[in-house]
Amino acid sequence: MSFFARFAQNRGALVGLLILIAIIGMAILAPFLYPESPWRMVQRPFLAPMEAEGFWLGTDTMGRDVAAGLMHGAWVSLLIGLVSTTVALLIGVPLGAVAGYYGGLVDDGLMRFTEFFQTIPNFALAIVLVAIMQPSVVSIVLAIAIVSWPPVARLVRAEFMSLRHREYVEAARLVGQTNGTIILRQILPNTLSPIIVLASLMVATAILLESALSFLGLGDPNVMSWGYMIGAARTVIRQAWWLSFFPGVAILLTVLALNLVGEGLDDALNPKLVRERS
Amino acid sequence: MNDTTPVLSIRDLTLALPEGADRDYAVEDVSYDVARGEIMCVVGESGSGKSMAANAVMGLLPKGVSASGGEVLFDGQDLLTLDEKQHRQLRGLRIGMIFQEPMTALNPLMRVGAQIAEVFEAHGKYNARERQERALALLDEVGIPQPERAIRAYPFQLSGGQRQRVMIAMALALEPELLIADEPTTALDVTTQAQILELIRNLQRRHGMAVMFITHDFGVVAEIATRVCVMRHGRIVELGTAGEVLDNPQHAYTRALLDAIPSNVVPQSRDAERPAPLLEVKHLHKVFRSRGGLFKPAREVRALDDISFTLAPGETVGIVGESGSGKSTLGRCVVRLEHPDSGSVMLSGIDYSSLKGDTLRRERHRVQMIFQDPYASLNPRHRVGYAIAQGPIANGVPRAQAMRRAEELLELVGLGAVAVDRFPHEFSGGQRQRIGIARALALDPELIVADEAVSALDVSIQAQVLELLDELKRKLSLSLLFITHDLRVAAQICDTIIVMQQGRIVEEGTAQEVFLNPREPYTRQLLDAIPGRAHEPAMA
Repeated sequence: MSFFARFAQNRGALVGLLILIAIIGMAILAPFLYPESPWRMVQRPFLAPMEAEGFWLGTDTMGRDVAAGLMHGAWVSLLIGLVSTTVALLIGVPLGAVAGYYGGLVDDGLMRFTEFFQTIPNFALAIVLVAIMQPSVVSIVLAIAIVSWPPVARLVRAEFMSLRHREYVEAARLVGQTNGTIILRQILPNTLSPIIVLASLMVATAILLESALSFLGLGDPNVMSWGYMIGAARTVIRQAWWLSFFPGVAILLTVLALNLVGEGLDDALNPKLVRERS
Repeated sequence: MNDTTPVLSIRDLTLALPEGADRDYAVEDVSYDVARGEIMCVVGESGSGKSMAANAVMGLLPKGVSASGGEVLFDGQDLLTLDEKQHRQLRGLRIGMIFQEPMTALNPLMRVGAQIAEVFEAHGKYNARERQERALALLDEVGIPQPERAIRAYPFQLSGGQRQRVMIAMALALEPELLIADEPTTALDVTTQAQILELIRNLQRRHGMAVMFITHDFGVVAEIATRVCVMRHGRIVELGTAGEVLDNPQHAYTRALLDAIPSNVVPQSRDAERPAPLLEVKHLHKVFRSRGGLFKPAREVRALDDISFTLAPGETVGIVGESGSGKSTLGRCVVRLEHPDSGSVMLSGIDYSSLKGDTLRRERHRVQMIFQDPYASLNPRHRVGYAIAQGPIANGVPRAQAMRRAEELLELVGLGAVAVDRFPHEFSGGQRQRIGIARALALDPELIVADEAVSALDVSIQAQVLELLDELKRKLSLSLLFITHDLRVAAQICDTIIVMQQGRIVEEGTAQEVFLNPREPYTRQLLDAIPGRAHEPAMA
């Protein structure tokens, strides 16, 4: 059975994948459907949804098209979510794996280093980092990655600590596999499930973190993001619900889709489930 | 005192499994009685459905399993029709239970006395002081040393045998008419098992209870049963008194099970001159340090205390001991999964215990291990072929060649080359152990250490795997260090047997000497504790 067929057996995962494709499609089509900058004021402000033709989602406080913002924002939000999670995994997984596998002094050293990051509140650290580096997409991605890798390291370390004494790991050591091979081929594949679940949640938190940064005015001033839209609409939430509602729904759907896809990936990668279903 | 009215009477019981299970019924058309004052042994291998009927009696059927026919009569009442609340009233009060794993069945954060008192409390009996007094009396009755101290102990401070005694005390608290014991001695050492069996028999006689005793071990059956019910694939294959079933089994399956028990007949050992040793263990020491508890002060465990022995090429040496004897630590020191504190392990002249880092990794192929747990010793994410080939690949053999070799090895251990592309979870325990053996052979090691390699298997499977090992030994002239808790299994396959106790070698000699003429009292004690030994002549 092909990988996709196994993945598709999980209905929820398929739905998630469709939503995700739709959002990516939005991001790709944005420059064609709304070639104008989403920052341009195109109509009178506070136009409610469905009120005027061509502005189905209404306009914001400055008369900018909400639909255009949503489409263009999809790109930035997804990019920030995926890239920062990848960077966080690239830091967290090797660190946790090495700490958990070797234990002892290596573990102590790496974990104290991790705790150094954990003692500072996530969001405060992110604000400081973005403020120092100047708000831009790169600095935001970096800041989010830097505040979100410690839980990954902790999780991977705990998994490695429980798996390194399994008999199959000892067997691998006995046949003379190197530590690197044991970490990569024996233990890491068995920690994938929790890592995938955590990663799909992290993409979600990254999108929300970016929203929060934009909300405080620390977003990249040149790009439209869902977070910025919600942030800008906060003062008028009672007069113009649609300004925060649509980007909010977009974030919700993305997060939901990512979680479903993560779950499906986990199922598809688990050899045990595959044969039982077929 | 054998009055014949049954306390429990199971009639045509059929339990349906949920859809998609490997068979339709957990048990099918099962009928048997358990009378007052008798011990009814339900025997079967894993998956035979032997525990299911007991679960139905207690109203503790697993999710998805439901009774689809028959009745379970207890004191004239059909237990299958009771609701949860009525079941709860019966459990403990009139039907007592003991489980296999006394550690998980007890609440780890509650003192033993409080747990026993809770049984009375659940049924609203006595006041607080009386409950404590009764708990003390019960602990005394089940033979726990120093009951006044044990009553204030937490479960983890007691040994496995003591915990099982506490479980029995709880089951007996309300003087039930029926006691259900589900594999109560399986997790225990032989000597402890013998004590617990003795205790159950005595208590049964004293209280005149009916006992339903579920086990996989025919030795235990011979020790304790009044009547026996042999089950297979959810059906009863044989039912009769212990004498009838054990001495004159009618069904082929019963005979096969009885034959699979390692017998007391020890194969003739070779009297050949011992050549220069392949493995030479000299003055090995290893101490584990553990933090103390309330009962035990901080202490050091001498896992290995001056262990020396030799193993000649082509020879099989058995290390026999109970849990905590240091036998596994010895095996792990030999394969270098554990580092000894002092002493040396010489392997054909090289000091194997002094190798380090990369040198050790390159030399590791010389000693391989067969692990105990067939479920934990194979990586669930790797196909069987790779699991076997990974050793040669790590040692520089080209992948294609290593995979071909893996196919050959799978043939050799009797699984067939088609197994290469399958995942471990598609195999049964015995098959997985064969894969483990193939993996150990893949590197053509000079020495194989088998750590309790057959203890986790059903008897009939155990016999097959032992046979395979024996055959491979002859075909490939393997040298084997065979670690086991079962003297009888060791006697079947080993040339030399070493008996260990608390980190020290107690006795050492040929299998025949140790098994038939033990010199040391401890060895004799181990032998006497083997269940069903008295029955042996008739069984063999």
